[in-house]
Amino acid sequence: MLLLEQIANGLLVGSYYIVLSLGLSLIFSLGGVVNLAHGAFYAVGAYLAYEIERRLGFLGAMGLSPVGVALIGILIERFALRRLYSRDPMLGLLFTFGLALTAEQSLRMIWGTTGLPFSLPEQLRGQLILGDFIYSYYRLFVLAVAITAVTGCWLLLNKTAFGMVVRAGVRDPEMVRALGISLRPILTAVFALGVALAGLAGVLSAPLAGVQPAMGTEILTATFVVVVIGGLGSFWGVVISGLLVGAVRGITVYYYPPAAEASMYLLMVLILLFRPRGLMGEKFEKFE
Amino acid sequence: MSKKTERTIAPGRRKLIKQTATLTVAAAAAQFGFPSILRAQSEAIRIGHITPRTGFLGQVGEYGYKGAMLAVEEANAAGGVLGRKVEMIAEDSVNPATAVTKANKLVERDQVICLIGEISSASGLAIGEQAQRYKIPFFNTGCNSDALRGANCKRYMFHIEGSNTMYTKTIGTWQLQKNLIRGARWCFLTADYAFGHDLYKVSSRFLEQNGGIILNNDFVPTNTADYSAYILKIRQLKPDFVYLNLAGVDQTTFLKQYKEYGLPYQLAGGVMDTAPFWATGLDALSGHWQSLWYHGLNIPASRAFTERFVKKYGQPPENQAWGDYIGVRIVLQTVAETKGTEAARIVQHLEKGAEFDLLKARKGKFRDWDHQLLQEMYVVNVKDKSKSKDQWDIFDIVETVPGPKESLELIQPTQQENPCSLPAA
Repeated sequence: MLLLEQIANGLLVGSYYIVLSLGLSLIFSLGGVVNLAHGAFYAVGAYLAYEIERRLGFLGAMGLSPVGVALIGILIERFALRRLYSRDPMLGLLFTFGLALTAEQSLRMIWGTTGLPFSLPEQLRGQLILGDFIYSYYRLFVLAVAITAVTGCWLLLNKTAFGMVVRAGVRDPEMVRALGISLRPILTAVFALGVALAGLAGVLSAPLAGVQPAMGTEILTATFVVVVIGGLGSFWGVVISGLLVGAVRGITVYYYPPAAEASMYLLMVLILLFRPRGLMGEKFEKFE
Repeated sequence: MSKKTERTIAPGRRKLIKQTATLTVAAAAAQFGFPSILRAQSEAIRIGHITPRTGFLGQVGEYGYKGAMLAVEEANAAGGVLGRKVEMIAEDSVNPATAVTKANKLVERDQVICLIGEISSASGLAIGEQAQRYKIPFFNTGCNSDALRGANCKRYMFHIEGSNTMYTKTIGTWQLQKNLIRGARWCFLTADYAFGHDLYKVSSRFLEQNGGIILNNDFVPTNTADYSAYILKIRQLKPDFVYLNLAGVDQTTFLKQYKEYGLPYQLAGGVMDTAPFWATGLDALSGHWQSLWYHGLNIPASRAFTERFVKKYGQPPENQAWGDYIGVRIVLQTVAETKGTEAARIVQHLEKGAEFDLLKARKGKFRDWDHQLLQEMYVVNVKDKSKSKDQWDIFDIVETVPGPKESLELIQPTQQENPCSLPAA
């Protein structure tokens, strides 16, 4: 019974990983940029939420903080990242790495090293008890937000003209350019969307894990693992991977807690052994 | 005209000869090893501050740094020690391996007279070994593990921070008074590193010695962001108490998520640093805890320190700030009393039982056989939200342990519980 509960809870936790990892996967798929600053945008999202929540409440924070993060993302992409697309992928990686370090220190300088208190919003407190299973309302809310985000992204990518260009740009950017479509604004938009998702994840995590400067670096490795397991470039791969990582973690806590944090890496190793491109990774013309 | 010129040139030349002579004598003297005569008045007293300023203990370390800086500034404002200025060189110890590198750098390159700080027991062990190697005193202001005072004790390592036994016995004494231990079933959550394991050993031993039952213990990796799985386990077990052997940010995260699930079981813990509790927010806090020092302590010297800290930093000090502040003051007072910075004499002076004002009701001194600072601790209760004046006002001090008439040894580990044999210096 407890095992089942752990798995169910793991899926819940996994849905949260999906929001975070989806953004990273999108940015890599289209821009070819390994965004090591993804965790930094996540942290900035949480800090913005802390400031907005005091004035406009939690829902205001949830709505506006990702927008704020997206604006910062647009500025960074437009003035810095853009120059690195056509060059060695290493440069993009180094730049985002530097950005991550700078961001963490800036957060420390502006808001201090101590964690900032962030309470659960009043309306979302309490628990739902179904038989022997317990779910906190807040986490169910996070699940709902995750489902909305995933659905929204899917619709955007598959049912809009914008999404069609994005998908074409992922498969074959040269052809897209040959067809006369400029990928530049698309790249900016995708980057902004990706980091906005990270910011949203930051807002969602603030009541659960608090707001402190190191939160970005801590979450980054988990995000990468989820994306790699799912397979770079695959939308559904990230979704399945997020759920899988959450479930495996829950099972590990049940049997052998000290390995809980390591379990996702073991999972990654196993999966890559049998499927080197990840669960649903695709062939990338531009990388191979 | 020419006479005047001669007079103006001659003194210049005389001065030049004088200066050259002085320098030659100085160089010669230096060769013969009289550097102290030439440098005495200007040589600053350098203290090495080494503590984690990043990572899961970073927020606590930052307070330690602030407390230490305040003590150094106050010392310099009062004219320094032995006429010499006090300088503090601060490093981020990050993890045990980096702590070793930084300790080496502080001793070899910066020529510090002592090392102060650290919070992680794992890093503290590493630094203690370096201190012993260099024969430079290390004042541990934040590491709790008993082993540092016991199996891993060192002649050149002194402990201002309380040991896990002290923390456990403080809250344990209170719990015994309220009859919360005999027959009670406890669930433990333990941080999976040196400190956690040590604390679990001490707290589970205390529980069993006093008739309690250990239901379950889970070792949790540090920096765990999600405790829901562990909370679900606890819920299934239905204990009487949930006892936390967690540290730093992990405490904050767990407390928030425990509140999120609204479980009815009482919480207690093996250690309490105020900074993570501030970060949790009064909303999510409950229970009785133990504290080495809290800014609400109503003793004039303590209140004065709190005011000075608030004036300088705009926020109240927490226990780590107090610990590092006291650490610096103890070092400087010892230097003043022994009239020198020689490590061996500092060690001797402390082992002889020199007393220090700890900003508490009673003065403190180091125990000679394990170098632990004997001091009082406090049982605190989470304040009612309606009575809290600001985000830092989260506790009421309920009791001082040991009480005014009891021996300070009451909460200390005995020689059987935590044997330490210091080799002859």
